[in-house]
Amino acid sequence: MAAVLTRDIVKKFGEVPAVNGISLTVSDGEFMVLLGPSGCGKTTYLRIICGLEKQTSGDLLIGGDIVNDIPPRARGVAMMFQSYGLYPHFTVRNNIAFPLKTQSVPRAEIDKKVEWASQLLGIGHLLNRRPRQLSGGERQRVALARALVREPTVLLLDEPLSNLDAKLRASARLEIKQFQQRVGITTIYVTHDQVEAMGMGDRIAVIDHGVVRQVGTPTEIYDDPADRFVATFVGTPPMNIVSRNGGYLGFRPENFLPKEMMDDEAFTEFKFRVDRSEYLGSERIVYGAMEGFDPNQVITAKLPPAHVADEWIRPGEWHPFAVRNSALRNFDKDGKRASRH
Amino acid sequence: MPRATVAKAAQETSFYAAVAFFFILAAFPFYWMVITSFKTDADLYNVAHIPFWFNDPPTLKHFQYLFHETLFARWLLNSLVIGICVVAITLVTALPAAYSLARMTGKNGEALGIGIFLTYLVPPTLLFLPLSRVIAVLGLQNSMWSLVLVYPTFTIPFCTWLLMGFFKSIPPEIEEAAIVDGCSLFGAFIKMALPLSLPGILTVVIFTFTLTLQEFVYALTFISSSAQKPITLGVATDLIRGDIFYWGEIMAGALIASIPVAIAYNFFLDNFIAGITGGAVK
Amino acid sequence: MVAIAESVPRPASRFRFIFDRRDVLGAIFVSPAILYVLLLVGVPFLMAVYYSVSAYTIYDPSWRFVGMANFEQILENPDFRHTLSNTFIFTFGSQILGLILGKFGALVLLRPFPGRKLVRAIIILPFAVPVALATVAWQWMFDSLYSVINWTMIALGLIDRANAPNWLGNPDLAMLSVIVVNAWRFFPFAIVIFLAGITAVPQDVLDAATVDGAGFWRRNYQIIVPMILPIVAIGLIFGIVFTFTDLSIVFLMTMGGPIGATTVLGYSGFQTGIVSGDVSHGAAISLFMLPVLLVVVVLMLRFIKRREI
Repeated sequence: MAAVLTRDIVKKFGEVPAVNGISLTVSDGEFMVLLGPSGCGKTTYLRIICGLEKQTSGDLLIGGDIVNDIPPRARGVAMMFQSYGLYPHFTVRNNIAFPLKTQSVPRAEIDKKVEWASQLLGIGHLLNRRPRQLSGGERQRVALARALVREPTVLLLDEPLSNLDAKLRASARLEIKQFQQRVGITTIYVTHDQVEAMGMGDRIAVIDHGVVRQVGTPTEIYDDPADRFVATFVGTPPMNIVSRNGGYLGFRPENFLPKEMMDDEAFTEFKFRVDRSEYLGSERIVYGAMEGFDPNQVITAKLPPAHVADEWIRPGEWHPFAVRNSALRNFDKDGKRASRH
Repeated sequence: MPRATVAKAAQETSFYAAVAFFFILAAFPFYWMVITSFKTDADLYNVAHIPFWFNDPPTLKHFQYLFHETLFARWLLNSLVIGICVVAITLVTALPAAYSLARMTGKNGEALGIGIFLTYLVPPTLLFLPLSRVIAVLGLQNSMWSLVLVYPTFTIPFCTWLLMGFFKSIPPEIEEAAIVDGCSLFGAFIKMALPLSLPGILTVVIFTFTLTLQEFVYALTFISSSAQKPITLGVATDLIRGDIFYWGEIMAGALIASIPVAIAYNFFLDNFIAGITGGAVK
Repeated sequence: MVAIAESVPRPASRFRFIFDRRDVLGAIFVSPAILYVLLLVGVPFLMAVYYSVSAYTIYDPSWRFVGMANFEQILENPDFRHTLSNTFIFTFGSQILGLILGKFGALVLLRPFPGRKLVRAIIILPFAVPVALATVAWQWMFDSLYSVINWTMIALGLIDRANAPNWLGNPDLAMLSVIVVNAWRFFPFAIVIFLAGITAVPQDVLDAATVDGAGFWRRNYQIIVPMILPIVAIGLIFGIVFTFTDLSIVFLMTMGGPIGATTVLGYSGFQTGIVSGDVSHGAAISLFMLPVLLVVVVLMLRFIKRREI
């Protein structure tokens, strides 16, 4: 059993708390994503789990044992760094073999395991090259092979896709996810990219300013955000949030449609004036203002590419738009979720 | 247009004149060293002869005299031994210190690093008094081992500072990956930081060696017997019989002693500049 | 699901991971260096200070405290005041000369021309070669009988043999000679410093200045000079510190003479403290170097901090 459990982890650098009390449980075999903007503390938290930083207070348990004072090599964790951290002066083979050499594993066994790890990642043909001779994707696979060759109980990844160009990112995302499902290792993955998080995570922990705002499946995070931060951080374009009745009302752009497109379900109407329209091929995004609300606030609607009549979205004209009541989200004055409408 | 080309020609000429000026300024004393080493005494000590070239054919007599009749070879050996020992002491001390200051300490590390470097500025002409007492107490007076003991006091600060710069340029991720992979902190230092900083280490070795060869004040203060002198002190002070300077031999000795240092400096000048200016220039 | 072999066995609970703590290992790593410096620089420094306020000589190694008596005695000595002024003249004369040569040398070396690499290698030589050896070459060049400089001037008809300058035997010429040799040693270092500073000025800053209408000299003095001031200041600190405390050049060329015309603090400390064995007065003399050094270093560091770009 290699679950990861943290109780109230706090990490201060000087007076500033980078991590301000995170309690989280990652189940055995789960793919947990830590999602948040730059500087929110997610990487610091990951490094604490790894053992590269020591928490100021709080407990960390791996597989049921408290590991607060134990160095990384005794925790059974492996980490993949943002820039991979491959050893430039070693061949790929020696890079992968290194974690075994430090444990004084016998030579024959090392060779077997290196074979196995490189087959798993499909890099058997690269074993005699040096890191500088590899492409970005190849380096990533070497880093993964090196992380797994020790058969760790927990795999930690620190924004591994951020150094790849956009095209490679999508396929790398798929590879990592499929790989993790095949191998079944408990994985904690840090990213600031919500598309990655939604696409890969079994569960997502949204982190801001050192605290967890919400933990849940992608569906829960998207459909049931716990506060305004989560609501606007996940989803492109972000959820529309307007002030109403001393609190806030939120609805996603894809749920804000011309009244004509509503079905039988109960809905709420708003008068909407389109100011600008972007046709993106697979969808159309329109920007405008709602009557009765702040005229300077831009409201977004995400419409399907077809079946939308021109007169519904003519710029400068007011037209009734609506949101299904089940898609409305209420937030109280502090930004926390209130009960459903 | 002729006026432009004349002006251009004048500019070019004055440029090359400047180049020539600096070249001759820097090089002439060395030319003088070289040519004196190969001139016969009769040629040297004759004001009627043109000094800039050979009037009598060049000779190797001074070099032969140097090696056969003086302790020159012994001085070379002394300097070699001193150099090697001081390099060893410096590496063993400065490498871990530089690594620690570069990686393992925060603000305190910066201050400590600067503090160590500042000791480089404490003048030997102040420290030689108490140090000569210390040397006497240790029974090392008049021995070249006194220099092996004292030279690290300036090579360690300088090299620590140089090496700090080199260690800082290695991405910390590589050592962190090694730690996660099972290395101890010490192991990461030995297996990752050291191999990857080999150019820096080489630079430090060369410069430590040249620093020890350059030194004059401590050598002059601690050593009086000819056989214990390092090369620089020997050539500058020991090739005098009575009141007579043996210029031919002195220049020959100076030439031999200067060549390795000059070559070393040129090979590593760029690294040296990078080290010196790394901190000051953004 | 691909099964991996059983997980790594968990190690026994209580390891002594003491050397994995950054603070512990960090302290261990620095300690040899710190120890060396403390024992062989720190302690001797304090000893020197104590010598200066004691009555310690080689023949009578007494630790008797005499307060400021030594300092008063040397200050009353006119020779000492002469030494002090010599040291200032020597230092600032050679630094200024070296800086000027360095600045123009750097400008010359900035522009690529055939053979630049070789010229650069040769120009470095005065700084690279050990002080004593280069000084000895100059000593020979200044020789009272066989000076090549005099020979050249006579051959050019500028002077005749009877009036040939005695470079090392005439008080004013001797000071000039040691200044020249020191400047000659220092100028390649100055060139390197200026070159490093000038090449570090970003090209876009210079381009912007040109577009704004600045000509060569204005670019030079209003843009480049302020930007390279920090690094030049550092070079100057080194230069001043090492020149002000030096004794090698004076020892080899003039032995402080003629009649104390070139005696500088370092040399005087050596003569008094080592050669004559009067340790307490020697220490007092050497300690006079400190206030000046401190002031110079502090001034320069402040200057650099204020100019931080």
